This record gives sequence, structure tokens and C-alpha cells, in this order.
Amino acid sequence: MRGFTFSDFLTMLWAVQWTATLVLIALALGGPLGLAMAMMRSSRNVVLNVIALVILQIVQGVPLLGMLMFFYFGMPVFLGIQVPALVSVSVAFTIFTAAFLGEIWRGGIQAVHVNQSEAAACLGLTRWQGFRHVIAPQAFKIALPSTVNFLVQLIKNTSLASIVGLVELARAGQLASAATFAPLTAYACVAAIYFAICFPLTQWSRSLEKKLHVVR
Amino acid sequence: MNLNFNQLWRYQDDFLHGIQTTLLLTLIATVAGMLIGLAGALLSDSRQPAVRLAIRSYVEVIRNTPALIQIFLIFFVLPYAGLRLPPFQAASVALSLYMGAYTVEIFRSGLASIPKSQIEAGQCLGLTRFQVFRYVILLPALRNIYPSLASQIILILLGSSLASQVSADELFHTAAFVESRTYRSFEVYAVVCAIYFIMVLSLRLIFAGVERIAFRWPTRR
Amino acid sequence: MSFVDIRNVRKSFGDTEVLKGVTINVEKGEIVTIIGRSGSGKSTLLRCINGLEAINDGEIRINGELVHDKATDLRHLREKVGIVFQQFNLFPHMTVERNITLAPTLTKRVQKGEAARKLALDVLSRVGLEQKIDAYPEQLSGGQQQRVAIARCLAMGPELMLFDEVTSALDPELVGEVLKVMEDLARQGMTMILVTHEMNFARNVASKIVFMHAGKVHEQGAPAELFANPATSELKNFISSTK
Repeated sequence: MRGFTFSDFLTMLWAVQWTATLVLIALALGGPLGLAMAMMRSSRNVVLNVIALVILQIVQGVPLLGMLMFFYFGMPVFLGIQVPALVSVSVAFTIFTAAFLGEIWRGGIQAVHVNQSEAAACLGLTRWQGFRHVIAPQAFKIALPSTVNFLVQLIKNTSLASIVGLVELARAGQLASAATFAPLTAYACVAAIYFAICFPLTQWSRSLEKKLHVVR
Repeated sequence: MNLNFNQLWRYQDDFLHGIQTTLLLTLIATVAGMLIGLAGALLSDSRQPAVRLAIRSYVEVIRNTPALIQIFLIFFVLPYAGLRLPPFQAASVALSLYMGAYTVEIFRSGLASIPKSQIEAGQCLGLTRFQVFRYVILLPALRNIYPSLASQIILILLGSSLASQVSADELFHTAAFVESRTYRSFEVYAVVCAIYFIMVLSLRLIFAGVERIAFRWPTRR
Repeated sequence: MSFVDIRNVRKSFGDTEVLKGVTINVEKGEIVTIIGRSGSGKSTLLRCINGLEAINDGEIRINGELVHDKATDLRHLREKVGIVFQQFNLFPHMTVERNITLAPTLTKRVQKGEAARKLALDVLSRVGLEQKIDAYPEQLSGGQQQRVAIARCLAMGPELMLFDEVTSALDPELVGEVLKVMEDLARQGMTMILVTHEMNFARNVASKIVFMHAGKVHEQGAPAELFANPATSELKNFISSTK
């Protein structure tokens, strides 16, 4: 057993890159999927709407930890091959992100939707043009505070990847705690690092929201 | 593909126990969390800066750190301060604090959602401050925050799965236990996910029913 | 001593002085109408009378009791002073009956149940709305809501009623029904202080007009006299601008 040293702290900072990796993968893949889900939920096509709704209900009705395990054990079973933990975790986070962002963005779209669609149509724009140039920018602005808020949730949720062994920040904390028998120092450090990342984002989300209300 | 769900039936009682513990954890965290939240919301307007700062800090720390780390801190760290809590109790404390921080914000927005003019009207009719709170503010504020509060309770139900990481014997921990006995990993977790889904769906139905009964007055649409 | 004694009242919001030494006396049974441009301080003065706003100087007495004194039980005083607001301020989560009977049952003037319902029917008949006793405010028109607001005040048996631009938020065709109720109240001998833009009401129903301008009382007197022979240029301008 050794004491908690500065190098343990550095190890944690090093592990942050895995936290960041998970977040970026989830956003890069889940973002476009989320947009697709938002459009499916806003569309007049009942089938698309219902499919997206079912996916949303399932994701919102199951613990993220459950989804992680489902894909971690399920992918080898259904695909027949061993997949690295990173892949199954990424799939779980991607679907999680797509569902929640989809719902947030749907809210933004519907907040803008009705009058603006009519206005765009009256100007002779096609439905896609109307969406791309008129509705989407405004919807994005309205949904930005909630989107940043979700980003904070996502960052915090990457801590669950530690449970399937991925060495991101939370796992680094567990390892340090086990090696040094100094759980308070280890976990307090981990908490402080998460806080340092998340708090500025939370504040940004709040200032965005204030600006939004002034504008409206 | 070689799926076998049959082996799981033997562990019905374990699953049932896991469900009960999950529900109990959720209930405790919800009640305690709402009490903390109410106190925090009312004290947010305190004239003492130290009180306001304390509440603000509590809320921000909880909201900007992962729940998993919070549970670890309560479970692994408190013993060093002399308080060794068993897993269920530790998880209850952690989840209550978590719920408390989020409900402070929810209750604050609820209190703020009642226009000052309503309060004035109550006061001008000769009602005491408590009567104004009880009859003029309470129900409309509750109706305004109801969706957020319901969502938050469901999040706590799902978040209780994290208690498995400190070996509290709620549903997710049961899953790990059954998995270690049957090696049917995928089947176990698929079933457990389904159980959570059913619990959440049931809660949503209950919340919708309560809303219909409690909040009957018409609103501007 | 008058029933309502407003003596040299000064009030500031921060650095802006909104009431600059206002003195008005109101006797029992008088109908006093305060008129003037927006920003003249009329509504602020009204809100000072029942203690919704604090004052910086001077005093306001109702039946001898100082409104802004720490020793005064303001809550008790407010049982005798009713106020009707521009935005009605009915409680949306309660039926008309409950809106009306809430304060009387809580302050123990009336027992819950039969007696309370009878009280509600009584005051509702005075404003012509008995049939709406079980409706919710959201189901009523603006004029009906305002009449219910008046009934809610009446249920407390006030000795004085304040009206803060109570018809300004109503569609024009709904104003008449509210003014009629107020005329009835006046005829029944209620002491009333109104802030209003309804010049015809001021002319025909008020027993005294108070013209305020920039935080001061410029003129006061009987309506016929004031409207026929305005003494100050501000009042002359005001009258011509509201024709």
C-alpha cells in the first residue's frame, strides 16, 4: 500500500481523455441519429412517429446501466463475435444520446413549428428548405440550453463505463482508491475533476437560457 | 445464438426481493429528497448569505458530479468519519441527497411560478401568511411542477440501480447475483431491463391518474 | 376625523418620488374617484391605503387606525378593507364559490358548508351571477370574473372598498356590466375609492373627484363643479384629452 500521490492525480487527468472519447463518440454518432429521431417524431408519418416513440419510451424506461449490460452481453450473443468493451459501451451511449437529444430537439422544433412553417411555405420554400433555413436555426437556439444540460448529464454518465472495466475517470478513481486505501482523497479528486468540467457547462447553459428569455 | 430464459425462473424470489428493495429505496429517496428540497427551496430566500451559499453549494456539487461517485463517497468514505453505514442505508442517504438537490430547483421554480398578484389577493382578503401558502400557492404550484417532479422520481427509480455498486441488494444487484449463478448474462439483464421498464410504465400511469384526480381545474390552453 | 384620512403622504420607489405630499379625506358613504394620467401616482396611492405599499412620510388612517404602524394588525384591518384589482386575481384552482367563501371560512366569520354556500349565493346575487357559483374562473368572461372578484370582496363585509382600474383590462362590451354593479354598491351606501379612466362613471356616480398629476393632488371637488370649471391647466388638458 502506498499513499495517494500527485501521480495518482495525474493518472486521473490522463483518464479524462477516455471520458472525453466516450462523450465525443456518443455525440458524433448519437447527434445525427438524434436529429433523425427528432424529425421522425415531428413528422406526419404515423409509422415513423410511433417507431421513434417506442425507442424513446424504452430508453427512458430502462436504467443506463441496464442498457450498458444489455449491449455488453448482447452484442457477442447476437453478432457471434467478441466485441471490445469500448464498442458495446459506445453503442449504448449512442442510443441513449440519440433518444434524449431527439426529444430535446423535437421540443425545439415544435416550439417553432407551426407559424414558421406556414410563413416559409408562403414564401415558396420547399418543406426541406423551410426546415433547413427557417425552423432548424430557431429550434436549435431554443433547444441549446437543454442540449448543453444534456451534455453535462452525458459526461456524468460516462462514469458508468467504469463498471464494465473501461478506464475512464471514475475507474481511475476506483483503482487509486484500492491501491492507496485513501478513498476519500481518491474520490474527492475524481469528484473535483468532474465538477471542474461540468460546472462551467452548467453555468453556460443557464446564461444561454437567460439570454433566450430576454430575446423572446 | 443460444438463449435460455428458463433457468431464471428458479430465482423468482430473488428477483421479487430485488424489486421490493428497489421500490423501497425509491420511496425513501423520494420522500426524504422532497423534504430536503422543500427546506432548501424555502431557505433559498434566507436573508443570511451563509445559508444561501450553503444551499447553492450543495445543489451545484450534487448536480455537477456523477451519482456513482456520490454513492462511493457516502459508502466508502463515511466510515473514516466514524459512520459505517450498511449498503442499503448508504445508498438511501446518497439517493436522498441526490433527489434533494434536484428538488430544490424544482420547488424553487414552483414557488416562483405563482404570480405575486395572487399572493396579494390572498393577503388583501385577510389571510395569514400560512393560509396564503396553503390555499393560494400550494396546489397551483404543485400542478406547475408536477411533470418535472414525476420525471425526477422516475430518474431516481432508475438511478437506484447504481446502489448495486456498493452491494445493496436491489434489482440490479440481484441481476449480478443470478448471472453469477447461471452464466446466462444476456438473458438476466434483458429480463431485468424489462422489469424496470414495467415499473416505470406503471409509475407513469399512476402519476397520470393522480394528476387527473388532484388537478381538476381548467387552464388556459 | 374622516373615515379615511390620508395626510401628506410621500412615497418613493428608490430615487424616484412618486407621491409628493398627498392629502385626501374620505367620509363614510362617499364615492371618491381618483383620475389622472398614467404615472400620476393614482394606483400607488390606492395600494398604500390598504398597506400593499409602504409610505416614506405622512400617515394614512382608516377609522382612526394607522395603516402603516407596526402595532397595527394589518391582516385584521384588511378584513374590513376590500380591494378589487385590474387583473381580477381570482384563484384559478378554486370554483367561484370557494373563491368567495375561502376567506370568510378561514377568518371564522362563517361556518363551512351550508352557511358558506348561502353567503356565496347572497353576494353573487348582488352582482347577478348566482348561476355561476360552481364554475371555475377560467370558464368565465372577463366581466364575469371581475364581478366575482367584487363579490369575493363583499363576502368579507368590508367597510371600505378600493377599485384599482377595474375595467381597464376588459373588452369594451364587458365594461358596462361591471360599472352597473359598482353603481349599485354606491347606491347601497358603500364607501368607495376608485382609480379609473371611466369619465362617465366619475361624472355620474362619484360624490368627489380627486385629480392627481405628477404625484400631487391638483384639484378635488364635486364632479359637476370640477368638470365644468377646471381651475388648473393640467386638469383642463386632461379633460380635453379624454373626450
